[in-house]
Amino acid sequence: MTQVRDEWFRPSGNDTDEKEAVVRPSLSYWKDAWRRLKQNKLAMLGLIFLALLAVMAIFGPIFSPHSVTTQDLPNQNQSPSATHWFGTDEAGRDVFTRTWYGARISLFVGLMAALIDFVIGIVYGGIAGYKGGKIDAVMMRIIEILYGLPYLLVVILLLVVMGPSLWTIILALTITGWVGMARIVRGQVLQVKNYEFVTASKSFGAKTPRIIRKNLIPNSMGPIIVQMTLTVPSAIFAEAFLSFLGLGIQAPFASWGVMANDALPVIITGDWWRLFFPALFISLTMFAFNVLGDGLQDALDPKMRK
Amino acid sequence: MGKYILKRFLMMLVTIFIIATLTFFLMHAVPGSPLESDRNTNETVQANLERFYKLDQPLHIQYLSYMQSIVTFDFGPSIKDPNRTVNELLARGFPISFELGMITILVAVVSGIILGTMAALRHNKMIDYAAMAFAVIGISIPNFVLATVLIQQLAVNWNLFPPATWTSPMHMVLPVLALATGPMAIIARLTRSSMLEVLTQDYIKMARAKGIKPMRIVLRHALRNALMPVVTIMGTLLAGILTGTFVIEKIFAIPGMGKYFVDSINNRDYPVIMGTTVFYSAFLIFMLFLVDIVYGILDPRIKLHKKEGDV
Amino acid sequence: MTGKQIAEELARTRLEDGADLDAVDHTGKRGKIVQAKKRKTVTDERILSVQDLHVTFNTYGGTVQAVRGVNFDLYKGETLAIVGESGCGKSVTSNAIMGLIQQPPGKIKSKGVHFKTQDLTKLSKKEMRKIQGVDISMIFQDPMTALNPTLTIGEQLTEGVKQHKNLSKAEAKERAIDMLKLVGIPNPDERLKQYPHQFSGGMRQRIVIAIALICEPELLIADEPTTALDVTIQAQILELFEEIQAKTGVSIILITHDLGVVAKIADRIAVMYAGKVIETGDKREIFYNPQHPYTKGLLTSVPRLDLAGGELKPIDGTPPDLFAPPSGCAFAARCPFSMDVCTNVYPEVTTLSETHKVDCWLQDPRAQKLIDEQAFAR
Repeated sequence: MTQVRDEWFRPSGNDTDEKEAVVRPSLSYWKDAWRRLKQNKLAMLGLIFLALLAVMAIFGPIFSPHSVTTQDLPNQNQSPSATHWFGTDEAGRDVFTRTWYGARISLFVGLMAALIDFVIGIVYGGIAGYKGGKIDAVMMRIIEILYGLPYLLVVILLLVVMGPSLWTIILALTITGWVGMARIVRGQVLQVKNYEFVTASKSFGAKTPRIIRKNLIPNSMGPIIVQMTLTVPSAIFAEAFLSFLGLGIQAPFASWGVMANDALPVIITGDWWRLFFPALFISLTMFAFNVLGDGLQDALDPKMRK
Repeated sequence: MGKYILKRFLMMLVTIFIIATLTFFLMHAVPGSPLESDRNTNETVQANLERFYKLDQPLHIQYLSYMQSIVTFDFGPSIKDPNRTVNELLARGFPISFELGMITILVAVVSGIILGTMAALRHNKMIDYAAMAFAVIGISIPNFVLATVLIQQLAVNWNLFPPATWTSPMHMVLPVLALATGPMAIIARLTRSSMLEVLTQDYIKMARAKGIKPMRIVLRHALRNALMPVVTIMGTLLAGILTGTFVIEKIFAIPGMGKYFVDSINNRDYPVIMGTTVFYSAFLIFMLFLVDIVYGILDPRIKLHKKEGDV
Repeated sequence: MTGKQIAEELARTRLEDGADLDAVDHTGKRGKIVQAKKRKTVTDERILSVQDLHVTFNTYGGTVQAVRGVNFDLYKGETLAIVGESGCGKSVTSNAIMGLIQQPPGKIKSKGVHFKTQDLTKLSKKEMRKIQGVDISMIFQDPMTALNPTLTIGEQLTEGVKQHKNLSKAEAKERAIDMLKLVGIPNPDERLKQYPHQFSGGMRQRIVIAIALICEPELLIADEPTTALDVTIQAQILELFEEIQAKTGVSIILITHDLGVVAKIADRIAVMYAGKVIETGDKREIFYNPQHPYTKGLLTSVPRLDLAGGELKPIDGTPPDLFAPPSGCAFAARCPFSMDVCTNVYPEVTTLSETHKVDCWLQDPRAQKLIDEQAFAR
């Protein structure tokens, strides 16, 4: 027990201002989210992989000495070597170059699908949530019916009719794909609209743009961004899937899905590299987007702030 | 409950009607006649089809007769194989696809729920990390990639399972594994996160405070509540598995409906495409309807929810 | 509850007890108190004894010291209120007694939490389950979330009694119907088959109470049992507590921040701050003769009509960071009477009466001088 000295018995004079001091320095929403995302190693790994993939998709084909489309029949189905790092396909084309070219197409399809979903979803869901009432009820009924339609069957049907090409694939993927995003946006708008702090800032005379910037965006962007991160891999998967039905990007260009489909007949004969590389990159990309989406979900949740 | 089922049932009919109409007009948007194919068509077939679809009649008459053919479940003959009707193809292929799909969904649901529950109960322990690593990988590998890897390794290299066809239970292992892994991973993740959430609920704490045995708390109190979100994504998963069968059947050379469907796409065999799409859509939409009813049974609050409006 | 109700409640007790409380002087030395006559029987049989209870939680941000050495006793038939603001550790204390702290991340250290003769902290999970819900029961704050939405209330009522007392289905059902009658739910026979969402908030809390009581526990821990309810329902539920206590002689630990609830049904009060019990006493000692500046602050921050001036004074500042609690008195930083000693050394307990105890340096004779000299600014 500490010796309690007599001179300690004197008023210490509490300062009221000090008591009210804010303990934690306030970080902006995005800075805080970024700080938390950085702590998630797996998500950062996914982000770095995607950044590298984007760089290779843009510059890979340029640096490679081999062309994407030039056929070199004497060199068909070569296993990986110093000249052809990922081997060659049945027309003697360099798989390494084609993989990066495939990355371009697959990423482009995925990103465009996510972007178009985002735009339509924001507008549709925003209007439904903001207007409410009868308009909302009608708009939601339409969504409910569209949601009941089997997504890939509709996509297949559209592609059979329109013929497969880069843009028709993107169009087919987004024609019912935006429904999920619209539901999320609407839900977020409704929720934020009813938050008491929004009512509070309205009563303090905050203007609509300020409410949107300070309240709506930080509180609703999280789920929307996460949904976008998850749309990209599912679009990449859908495109690859369509390639297997013969509805993918047409030769001589190739997405990963087309490359993998073309490789199917030779897999039994042991020409593993034909399937391995496109399949590996499809899987890695989907993995990267999935873990990044998970990380963002945690990082962007305002309730997770500590 | 009865009113709820009726409402869902009417919704189902509307959705089937829309998909049927969509299919009809899309097929008619194909340049030229949908039946004018330069492939594999002889004149008798052509004439048969034109008569069947009343192609010489105005569009609305065609539409009505098409709708009638759907209601009477008669999709007409195939172009590719004029001696067969779409109905015959469905009768031959669908049972196999159905078997594949149902075994897959059973495997995915049972193992996914067990895996997810175990991960949640051992939160932040080895089992949890292992299960979730498996789940992320399972979600990331497309089923067609998994299928080829399985054939290459387990069938060709190790000779453990037959690489193709659908003739014995051993033949079913690889296709089911390839098709079930993705949905299983999704179910496992969802079960885990919703189980973790449920385990923090007051009613679980209250059950603990009542001294209820842990096994009963998990099975009786937690699992049913934790499975609600899983039931809601069942429709999407079913659709994914069903469309997944197209590719899996192609890779494993399984003579199911998916194989005919892929062939019909490659041959632009429009009657088969139309018939199969409508049939599969109707089947899926019916499954969604069943899922909704299961949800209503699982959650006694469902009537209240509907009264409060769609949240 | 409003201050008016508190005042009325206290006035009622005073009339019934006939105690002359104004005789108590305000320097801390007590005048004589007339022992209250009880409408119920509080015996001197000690049912629960908590000694030096510590609970910590390991989190990503560090170790939170939620409870830092709590001591109290509880007697048969008594109602003890644990009062304090949110985060002071009152709920953690009750969860620790109940065996509901998950370990890890939680960690419990104590010199013993004795329920009758058994030390609860030494029991295995399996042994603890024989006490949970049987000898000690708990009532939760929010009746909207405390009941499982997917099980009928009949099942939730009977599952405990079926497991613990080995009753048959029919016997358990009979028991459940009796319990629902006891807590005042009409048509119990039909109600058993219904789900929680078919009941109102007040009804649900009655069901929660019925579930807690069905195995005839000797100790009932009620964690904010009325906070989530409407004011009118609150009064009904509190009356139900009194009625049940009179009928069954159950001891109650009432966790609350609502002094109105305390005034209505508590016999004794323990005031908690930052994980410690800083003052205990019977109801009148705490309400009329609070000694700890925090207790005084709590009382003056509630609207009161019976006190002159009637000015509401909030307590300035915020509770301390329990990741790194101060070595001295945790209230020192907010205390208008704080001295240098307060921030350095935690005060030892001063016993003012058999029931009234306080942890405060102001009880020290050396501080008394400062009070007499009016050395404090306020």
